[in-house]
Amino acid sequence: MSEWETVIGLEVHCELRTATKLFCGCRNEFGAEPNTLVCPVCLGLPGSLPVLNRQAVELAMGIGLALHCQVKPSVFHRKNYFYPDMPKDYQVSQYDEPINVEGWLELPDGFRVGIVRAHMEEDTGKITHVGGGGRIHEAAHSLIDYNRAGVPLVEIVSAPDLRSAEGARAYVSELRSILVATGASDGKMEEGSLRVDANVSVRRPGEPFGTRCEIKNLNSLRSLGRAIEHEAERQVGVLEAGGTIAQETRHWDEAAGRTLSGRTKEQSEDYRYFQEPDLVPVAPDDDWLTGVAARLPLLPAARRDRLAEVTSMAGTEVATLVELGLDDLVVEAVGAGAEARVAVNRAANEVAANLSGLGNLTSASFAKVVRMESTGKLTPTQAKAVLAELLASGGDPEEVARDRGFEALAEDALAGVIDKVVADNPSEWERYVGGDDKVVQFFTGQVMKQTQGKANGAAVAAALRARAGRS
Amino acid sequence: MSRRRALDTAAAVRAGELSAIEVLEEHLGAIEAAEGDVHAFNLVLADAARARAEEIDRQVAAGSDPGPLAGVPVALKDNLCTRGVATTCSSRILEGWVPPYDATVVERLRRAGAVVVGKTNLDEFAMGSSTENSAFGPTRNPLDLSLVPGGSSGGSAAAVAAGFATLGLGSDTGGSIRQPAALCGVVGAKPTYGLVSRYGLVAFASSLDQIGPFAVDVPDAAALLEVIAGHDPRDSTSLNAPAPSMLDGLSMGVDGLRVGVVSEMLEGVEPAAAAAVQDAAEALARVGARPDKASVPAAIYGLSAYYLIAPAEASSNLARYDGVRYGLRVDAPDVTAMFARTRAAGFGAEVKRRIMLGTYALSAGYYDAYYGRAQRVRTLIIRDFEEAYRSFDVLLAPTTPGPAFPLGAKVDDPLAMYMNDICTIPSNLAGHPAISVPWQAPGASLPVGVQVLAPALGEPVMFRVAAAIEALAPPRPEQGAGR
Repeated sequence: MSEWETVIGLEVHCELRTATKLFCGCRNEFGAEPNTLVCPVCLGLPGSLPVLNRQAVELAMGIGLALHCQVKPSVFHRKNYFYPDMPKDYQVSQYDEPINVEGWLELPDGFRVGIVRAHMEEDTGKITHVGGGGRIHEAAHSLIDYNRAGVPLVEIVSAPDLRSAEGARAYVSELRSILVATGASDGKMEEGSLRVDANVSVRRPGEPFGTRCEIKNLNSLRSLGRAIEHEAERQVGVLEAGGTIAQETRHWDEAAGRTLSGRTKEQSEDYRYFQEPDLVPVAPDDDWLTGVAARLPLLPAARRDRLAEVTSMAGTEVATLVELGLDDLVVEAVGAGAEARVAVNRAANEVAANLSGLGNLTSASFAKVVRMESTGKLTPTQAKAVLAELLASGGDPEEVARDRGFEALAEDALAGVIDKVVADNPSEWERYVGGDDKVVQFFTGQVMKQTQGKANGAAVAAALRARAGRS
Repeated sequence: MSRRRALDTAAAVRAGELSAIEVLEEHLGAIEAAEGDVHAFNLVLADAARARAEEIDRQVAAGSDPGPLAGVPVALKDNLCTRGVATTCSSRILEGWVPPYDATVVERLRRAGAVVVGKTNLDEFAMGSSTENSAFGPTRNPLDLSLVPGGSSGGSAAAVAAGFATLGLGSDTGGSIRQPAALCGVVGAKPTYGLVSRYGLVAFASSLDQIGPFAVDVPDAAALLEVIAGHDPRDSTSLNAPAPSMLDGLSMGVDGLRVGVVSEMLEGVEPAAAAAVQDAAEALARVGARPDKASVPAAIYGLSAYYLIAPAEASSNLARYDGVRYGLRVDAPDVTAMFARTRAAGFGAEVKRRIMLGTYALSAGYYDAYYGRAQRVRTLIIRDFEEAYRSFDVLLAPTTPGPAFPLGAKVDDPLAMYMNDICTIPSNLAGHPAISVPWQAPGASLPVGVQVLAPALGEPVMFRVAAAIEALAPPRPEQGAGR
């Protein structure tokens, strides 16, 4: 494979997290009883007419702004083709005048992927083929759920800038974070909130782009990566055997780990696009656009930069905290005087591991507890225990620590405990003095036991070393 | 029985001087007597109408006001959705479908106290000019049962002409209200695009369709339009402005109004149609209007542009009739065959012809030559109208090339049938209002229509001129079924 380069462009369909559908008042919700979230409009009943959802337009504008696109006046077109999951047998979509064009997305490693467009359209219903292996032509019958019909989508089309399955995954992962941050998406790939089509071709570096194949409906990062790798291998195999690649749609078979041929370009439909006469153009004015921009939160890339600056750290730890949404907590704690390393550790471990997120922990109490640990008022063990209680039931960190009797031991009290432990275990002490370093753990454990964990482990080890005459 | 007028009926019913049920029974009697010959209706709603009329009477008795059309019987074209009542578009493909909702205009009629008497016949999906393209058989012209009533809203026009209803609603995509009004000797108007909500009108060509009134006279037509006009949040193309008063200017006269007679529309029409327009213009001059020759040069391309745009939109609008969710389904081994068989069995010849025409016009490689060019013609027509309205308050033209023609005369010649709409189509392409007023020369056996065209939202001046023409028209002989 080394002399071949894989070229990837991605189309990501994002279901917008609106209260209602794109053109009617039906609730936009996943998992309801089939065909309960429907009305004359989203069922395309004769005489019904669409009315554009303002919230959907604002979320689409937000996506455009977050991807550094030009947000433009746009119109809707009808994409005409017959399929039973489409109530009107046409899909209302944006064609040659989409709302967002020409932007870019920056990956955590700094690489910029071009965004060609991010346009609005309506989702179709969901069809289930029963019997015959789940494919339409073999099915005994098919069931259609129109709850999804008319759910607002934004389709984000990247430039063919990606060169590896890993890069493609990083792109989707970053895009997902952005979509979640802007409030446009819940990011749930497993529920179909984000669906990815991958355009894959191969070439020898420096040559023009090869013929591409489009792999449809990849609904996990794992499928995306595997599908791209297998498709690139397949294409290289065909080319090295002297064959040519036919432009076509291919389906990813997750179980078999391969792509299967779908529709070829020659069979592709003529969608007979024309401007949707039932809708009027959408022309966001400056005030509207400014308002949407002002409501956008700090986006992942900016949050990573801020966390890196505040903590003087970089790399995956920073990216992970941002992904988990715990960066605000750390930034605030450091601002309140906590040591960055301590704040990062507690956030990335104890807080991240808590099943109910922040639970009853407030950012102020987090800042307080990590500051107490940073200044030695609490040992790490004590700090973790206090944090656990704050997550579970809240409260003031100082009171929680006091109630548990957590006060770091004064140095002379610690010396007294060590005296006792050494006196009680003379043979172990001899071994330690004689050079057996492993025994230090035994003594530390004994001291902890005597002090019910109040002693600072590092301080105990230092005191033992000093007593044994080591440096 | 002399014909009741809607405004008189409503005033008397509201005053408690006349009962709605009495008015209704007169109309149901007329239906009983002549509907077998005319076939204006796909469905007569006698029981529901009686219940509704009694409700109106109870409201009046209880001292509440049922509204400006209290107790007025209205016929609805059967492409307007009615909750719980079959809506067929005179097509087999909608067999068995019952809308779960009312069209906005139907809601507004109910709020105004009107009584819906039935759903009227039409050319299938409003495609036609004679009401012969109906899956349920043709409607006949009440003026002469051997003639067509025009179309596509032939059922509503005939119902009003025959006295089956005082008012009627139709839809006009290329002349489907004005042409049958002219052929049946009643008044019919197409409002400004966006003035009346299309919500609940089964779409033919969305950018051209408008719902409008049929009435025996101009004031009644204005009164009905006033009830149904106005912004509707369910229709994105509905104008977001208060509708002008249609009735206020009716008695103002036409003194000083500049009336342009469109030269291009006098060419190629029958002498009777052209003469009616000339006579109307001269009559208007006698009461103070200032008629002159006007020109709308691009209007002659209207027909060609229309027969690309309307079928293109129709090919998409009618795609949903696929047998999956409602209406007719003809089973087949796979879904594609089911689509094809259902549509082959469910649509009539004219609908299929237009779906094919429209599909072709939108196809890759042909779009620019056909649909794209037709849209540019549309822009030219709008520009030419704007130019004409710099010099004139309204324009005058024939509604149709001639009076009603015999059943079967044009069914085998689609182009001859399409020519019926040559004078009405430009207003649809421009989105402007226009009205047809009957004009029957002394000694002529049939009326024709004199059409008054106005700029967008020019309904008040359009009705003013139409009312004047109506008052100036030669007296018509009493004739026809139901009288």
